[in-house]
This record gives sequence, C-alpha cells and structure tokens, in this order.
Amino acid sequence: MLELTNLHKTFAAGTPNEKKALKGLSLSLDAGDFVTVIGSNGAGKSTMFNAIAGTFITDEGKIVIDGEDMTFKPDTYRAKCIGRIFQDPMKGSAPSLSIEQNLAIPYSSTKKGIFHRAISKKDREYFREVLSKLDMGLEDRMNVPIGTLSGGQRQAVTLLMATILTPKILLLDEHTAALDPLTAEKVLAITKEIVETKKITTLMITHNIASAIELGNRTILLDDGKIVLDLKGDERKNLTVDSLLKMYREVKGKSFDNDRMLLS
Amino acid sequence: MVNQIIGAVELGLVYGLMVLGVFITFRILKIPDLTVDGSVTLGMAVCAMLTNAGHPLLAIIIAFIAGLCAGSVTGFFQTKIHIPPILAGILTMSGLYSINLKIMSDGKPNISILGSDTLYSNLMQLTGCSKHTAYLIVSLIICVIVLIAVEFFFKTHLGLCICATGDNEDMVRATSIDPNKMKWIALALANGCVALSGAMYTQYMGYADVTAGSGTIVVGFASVIIGETICGKRGLSVGFISAIVGSVAYRIIIAIAIKTNLFPTYFLKLVSVIIIAIALGLGPVRAAFAAKRNKTRRQKANA
Repeated sequence: MLELTNLHKTFAAGTPNEKKALKGLSLSLDAGDFVTVIGSNGAGKSTMFNAIAGTFITDEGKIVIDGEDMTFKPDTYRAKCIGRIFQDPMKGSAPSLSIEQNLAIPYSSTKKGIFHRAISKKDREYFREVLSKLDMGLEDRMNVPIGTLSGGQRQAVTLLMATILTPKILLLDEHTAALDPLTAEKVLAITKEIVETKKITTLMITHNIASAIELGNRTILLDDGKIVLDLKGDERKNLTVDSLLKMYREVKGKSFDNDRMLLS
Repeated sequence: MVNQIIGAVELGLVYGLMVLGVFITFRILKIPDLTVDGSVTLGMAVCAMLTNAGHPLLAIIIAFIAGLCAGSVTGFFQTKIHIPPILAGILTMSGLYSINLKIMSDGKPNISILGSDTLYSNLMQLTGCSKHTAYLIVSLIICVIVLIAVEFFFKTHLGLCICATGDNEDMVRATSIDPNKMKWIALALANGCVALSGAMYTQYMGYADVTAGSGTIVVGFASVIIGETICGKRGLSVGFISAIVGSVAYRIIIAIAIKTNLFPTYFLKLVSVIIIAIALGLGPVRAAFAAKRNKTRRQKANA
C-alpha cells in the first residue's frame, strides 16, 4: 500500500545549520497495517510524515502509494488519498464554519460539477449518523461553529473529516498529545474503531510507549533519520514497555534519558 | 434634507456591490484587497465606452467580466509569484490606471455619457416613472440579482471551500483542495462585483472619470464595518445584506454630516479613515478597559 524507498532529505543544505533529517529511510506497508511510530525528538518522525504527505519533495528516494508513484506529486494531489491529523486540535478544522460545513468540505469534494450544493439533506443525515457514533452529543450541535468546541471534540471531528472519504493512508501525528488523559483515551478509542472498521492503512506517531505497543499490528522505531527497529508478529506480541525500552537503549548504545518518552 | 437622503440611498445602492466585493475579500478571505480602487474605475471606463456605443446592459455585463480579469491578475500576483496581498493589490491598481486611460478613448481622463441610453433612462422611457424612482428600482434590482447569485454561490461546495480558505488554509490544503485556486476565484469574483458597481455609477452619474475610484477601498472598509454594526455578525447571508445596508448607511451618514455643515466635503476621506480606525480600535480598547477594571477591583479588595 505504501512503499518508501531510500528517502533522503537535508534541510538548509550547505549552511552551518544543515540538518540531515532523513538518511535513507525505507518502509513498506501492507494494506490494513496499523503501525505505531516511536522515536525521540528530532529522529525524523514528522519529517517522514511530511515526506509522505508531500509538504516538501524529497532529495532522493521514491514514494509509492497503492501502486502510484507520488515522489514528485504536490501535496494537494496526494491529499486525495491521504488523511492527516496534527497534534494541534486547532489545525484540522475551520473555526468559524459549523461542524456540518467542516465535514462537507472533504465529503463533498468528490461530487461532480463545481456548483453543486455543499450540503444536501442526505449528507446532513449521514453526518448526523457518523457524529452520533462519537457519543459526544455533537449530532445535535451540527450548526455550531467548530471554534466553540473543546480541543478533544475538535480532534474527534477532525478524525471524522480525515476518514469520511476512506483514505488510503492515514497519518496521525501525535494527535492526542495536546489532550487531557481521559479525552486522549477516548479519541484513541475512536481512532481504533474507525481504523479497524474501515481497514485504513495507518501510521501513528506517539510518545506513549504503552499505546504504541497496545494499538496496531506493527511498531517501528526511528532514530537519526532511519528506521532502526521494526517489530511485528510474534516478536511484537510479547513486547512490554520495559523490553521495548531495553531494545531502544541497545540500539542507541547509550543511556536513554528523553523525558518525553512517557513510561505510562 | 429629504432630497439629500434620497440621493444618499441611491448612491448607497449603486456602491452596494462594491462594498459586497470588499466584504468577500476583507471578511471571507480575510485579505485586504487594494485592487478595488482600480477595478471600480475599470468598471466605469468599460461601461462608459459601451454605453456610448449603445449597449447599456452589455456595458454592465462586460464591466463585470473586466472586473473578474482584474481580480485574476491580483490573484496571479498573490498565488503564483507570491507577492504579499497588499502589494499585489497596489500593483494591479496602479497598472489599471494606465489601462483605464487606454480604454477611455486613448487617454481622455473623463468621458460623458449624457445623451446615451442607460438602464435608468430605459426604465424611465418604458414606464414613465420619475428619475429618482428609476435610480432606486434599477439599482435595487441589480443589487438583489447579484446578492441572490452570490448567496447561491457561497452555498455550493466551491463557496464553502473559499470560506474555509479564509479560516484555515492548512486544513483546506489537507483536504486536497488548492487554497491558491480558492483565493484566485474569490479575488476575481470580488473585483467583478466592484467593477459592476463602477459600471452602475457611470450610468447613474452620466460620466466616467479616471480619478473617480481613488479612495474607494477606504469607503468600502468603512461601509462593511458600519453594516456589521447595524446588522451584527450573524453568518454569511446576513453579512452579504449587511454590506449593502452598510453602503447605504454610510452615504446617509455622510449626507447628513455635510448637510448640517459638520465638515466640508473634502473631509470625506479623513472621516472614513476615522470611522474605520475607531471601529477596528474598539476591540483592543474594550480589552484594555476590562483589564484596567479588573486591576482596580482587585487592588481595592486587597486594600
């Protein structure tokens, strides 16, 4: 479904601030894979997501999504098959538009013709149905500007927006990191539910080792612009927080003291 | 006095669509578009030439299309060569000055259309109504038609995406819609409305003048703000109507101020600027007062 081959990206090349963010990163995902991505700050996790989403064009390497070569395609083209959610709940929706208008933007974008109505009666019923599944009471507040919702509610709606037309790849960039623990748990549960029912190939960055192990069927660890650990199948089944941290230490070959790696 | 008020309402309706155009860029796209000064004159120039050629209705339609093109140029500057929005507008506006002179019979600074048929004179001949009735009815009909069209447009998916672009560009980009295209379309549409308004002005006043557009953007901003004060900020549909209401209200305020010798006519632009500054300054001033009150209240409580 997703093939990343030998990706390289250097920022500010040739200056004293030169930063090699990706150094030959390769990754191959099967359809329906749910991969959790861990690694310390600056390891290249978000850079990998930006490369996949087309925020920048990579210096070297190849990106193939579902058989289509995306290496040189612009971000707006790739967005047709990629859903992406950021850490900041404010980033994923238009605050002054209502909940239903926000949902209509991705949902109606594939309808034919340019002057079709943004929201039909049928759309509205469908939105009500998907919103009620969130169990947040949002289905009765569809005309409320989304800027008035809480961060957790906004992130949940953003998740719906990203998946309302089933994307081929879903990129979750620490999408629960800005939420309180209870809300984070709820949004994670919704994420799991949507990804599993729609069978979306998903990459999720997290700093929570426990949820990295618990969710999904595969875990990769990034360090210094490369994938250094790739755990799946039986090897992953017996994984615990401690054993994963131990592996990480071995890979790094030094003591592991990143305070953002939460031992929860 | 009544005559002045009627005149103000007429002029307010004629300029209503200009304010609608400013509303689209300033409030929906959240970009102050300075193309307006040029595109309103472009509408006047195109309309004067075609009205004198004997096509009053075509004159207004072509003026609208000319405005679309002017807006597209600004859109091109902004999105393709990444010129900052304010400068992009200024460039188009300055360029249009020459183009407007070229359109007006190769460099004449003003053109009279007295004697030629206009939409207003057509209605007068057709129904035998008075001059002022014709002014009001024709302007009102054009405003309502454009309002309905714009209202319909912003109910479509394309319109929704334009609203979202002004609100959160990253989100639009993430849903595979090109925000640059949206900006482009909105700028074109807005300047189309502005030029259409310029065309109505020419037929209403009976002439086109290459300098008649200068300062229009300031009037536009002031009218948008006055309209919002009267109608409140209650969604897009109300917003479109508030643009027209604001335009009329602005002209009435000015007419009363001049009639009562509050200030001489040449103070118009300064007064507009003061209205805008006060309206935009209201928010920060309120916040400062609230902070001050909070402080004194707690100091008293502690004392």
